[in-house]
Amino acid sequence: MKLTKLLTGATLALGLATTAMADPTKVGFVYVGPVGDGGWTYEHDKGRKAVEAAFGDKVETTFVENVPEGADAERVITQMALQGADLIFTTSFGYMDPTINVAKKFPKVKFEHATGYKQADNVSVYSARFYEGRAVQGHIAGHMTKTNKIGYIASFPIPEVIRGINSAYIHAKKVNPDVEFSIIWAYTWFDPAKEADAAKALIEQGADVILQHTDSTAPQAAAQAAGNVITFGQASDMGEYAPFPRVSSIIDEWGPYYVARTQAVMDGTWESVSTWDGIGAGMVGIGEISDAVPADVKAEALALVDALADGSYHAFTGPLNKQDGTPWLAEGEVAQDYSDDGLAGMSFYVEGITAEIPN
Amino acid sequence: MDLSAINPVLLIASLMVAATPLLLAAIGELIVEKAGVLNLGVEGMMIIGAIAGFAIAVETTSPMMGLLAAMVAGAVLSLLFAFLTQFALANQVASGLALTLFGLGLSALMGQSYVGIKPPAMATLDIPVLSDIPVLGPILFSHDPVLYIGIALTAAVWWFLKKSRGGLILRAVGESHDAAHALGYNVIRVRILAIMFGGACAGLGGAYISLIRVPQWTEGMTAGIGWIALALVVFASWKPWRVLLGAYLFGGINVLQLNLQAAGIAIPVEYLAMSPYLITILVLVIMSADKSGAPASLGRTFHASQ
Repeated sequence: MKLTKLLTGATLALGLATTAMADPTKVGFVYVGPVGDGGWTYEHDKGRKAVEAAFGDKVETTFVENVPEGADAERVITQMALQGADLIFTTSFGYMDPTINVAKKFPKVKFEHATGYKQADNVSVYSARFYEGRAVQGHIAGHMTKTNKIGYIASFPIPEVIRGINSAYIHAKKVNPDVEFSIIWAYTWFDPAKEADAAKALIEQGADVILQHTDSTAPQAAAQAAGNVITFGQASDMGEYAPFPRVSSIIDEWGPYYVARTQAVMDGTWESVSTWDGIGAGMVGIGEISDAVPADVKAEALALVDALADGSYHAFTGPLNKQDGTPWLAEGEVAQDYSDDGLAGMSFYVEGITAEIPN
Repeated sequence: MDLSAINPVLLIASLMVAATPLLLAAIGELIVEKAGVLNLGVEGMMIIGAIAGFAIAVETTSPMMGLLAAMVAGAVLSLLFAFLTQFALANQVASGLALTLFGLGLSALMGQSYVGIKPPAMATLDIPVLSDIPVLGPILFSHDPVLYIGIALTAAVWWFLKKSRGGLILRAVGESHDAAHALGYNVIRVRILAIMFGGACAGLGGAYISLIRVPQWTEGMTAGIGWIALALVVFASWKPWRVLLGAYLFGGINVLQLNLQAAGIAIPVEYLAMSPYLITILVLVIMSADKSGAPASLGRTFHASQ
């Protein structure tokens, strides 16, 4: 992986040397996993390719993959800025502080940080309302489970992941009051062997639906080996496991956003914004619901997708209590994005989940 | 919390699977280090084995061919290390690290067209009668063949080092290459063979991950197991059975902590997540109190004229 980094570095340098005259807009991408992970990073890279396709010669994109969250990230982002990038997308939650730090040193470079909440004059934040997709998954999972036990492979205890768990739980519970969630924190975004082990542990304990918030397709393979377990594609369609075990998926659609932001930099109209779009704006896609799902469940799920898309239904609609029983949302009230107990900083489970959130 | 949800039989069966790649890589490295060579390229050889095995298994639709190819690939890559350290007399630590970086990069390149493909399935060895025995059946008699190879290999390596003349020569080379050379043994040849054995084992361990444990190809999928194998050899004080114990302990606690989490046990997840590393090190450190140290020539460069 270090080698790919070196190679990318070399390409960057080469690109810098050969295109000094043409002066295209340079767009850099920092990835947390490999572009071939089949999930999160794969979709970001599809977004990068969409930028290339949209602008051709007028744009020059570079990326560095497998960048650890933390000090290494700061070094990589600095390097990109030094090499003349005009716009840099940092595509993981853990790049938040490094992005802010580097942005201070390069006020003329525009930064876009995914899934974080710290904005600056030259740092925009963007994320997708994946919890809307989780609502659809929870709905299908609640109907499909026979053991009433749903396994959830979580990555890190950050608001993004906790929102997903809550949303899936609320909607599974709604259609199946007996449903239980078993949650495993893998403490990694990408480790196929560990994800496979986690999936196996959940399946061995009786879970017959596996939801994942990690990036590889390993849990899909584990479910397939078990034979009677359903899964959902995460971040990417993971269609190679359709129609069974993968019965649907959440697909991240970054392309249109990346193209729009690159255009803004070219036009000089780029401003620091906070974007948080869902199914309606097309940033979250729901992969095809396969025939393994009964027709009536599928129809309900599609109706739910439509309601979420046109805004007539919010995935967090009261009455909802927090895990400790204190009221959170009153009847008919919907969750705020940014407030105390808002969605952006969500750090509590809703009532009914028995597990505890690690600190 | 519901401990009864954890089925101990399935738990033991799956910990054996989780431990096998680590065991294979560590047993290979043990032989290499016993010959006095420190090869830090285990991770690189594993990932090359993982992709080579995967690619060949997909192309030939035979998982066995894949495993074989993985061993060859691991051994071939280790030859690069052997050339650098035994003929060019390069620094072993640097060469090993280079091998890991090279392996990771090369595997990513080789694997580009294999992302998202499903490999042919490896049949488990369901021994009739035996695998139907309650409790013992699922634990002992219904695994894939490679898992048994791992255990057999541990026994073979123990026998080789302890009882055979070849093992004596290997250990002599590792303890004092000058003395072994003076006795007329070909130090370089012994070491190259040991390095190739280590490479083949690491390759097999890698292919076990990509073909059996996960099974699919993703870049960087060995995720540091090679490094754990290296540490394991040291903590097991270069003894094959302790390597086996350490690997099972590590694999076991890893699987157990995931099971405990799934059962909603009240121990904070952070402690569970670090427990495999802590407990494995602790147990092996206590066991290695008998001062059986490293091979005396470990990591030292040998040249006949010096």
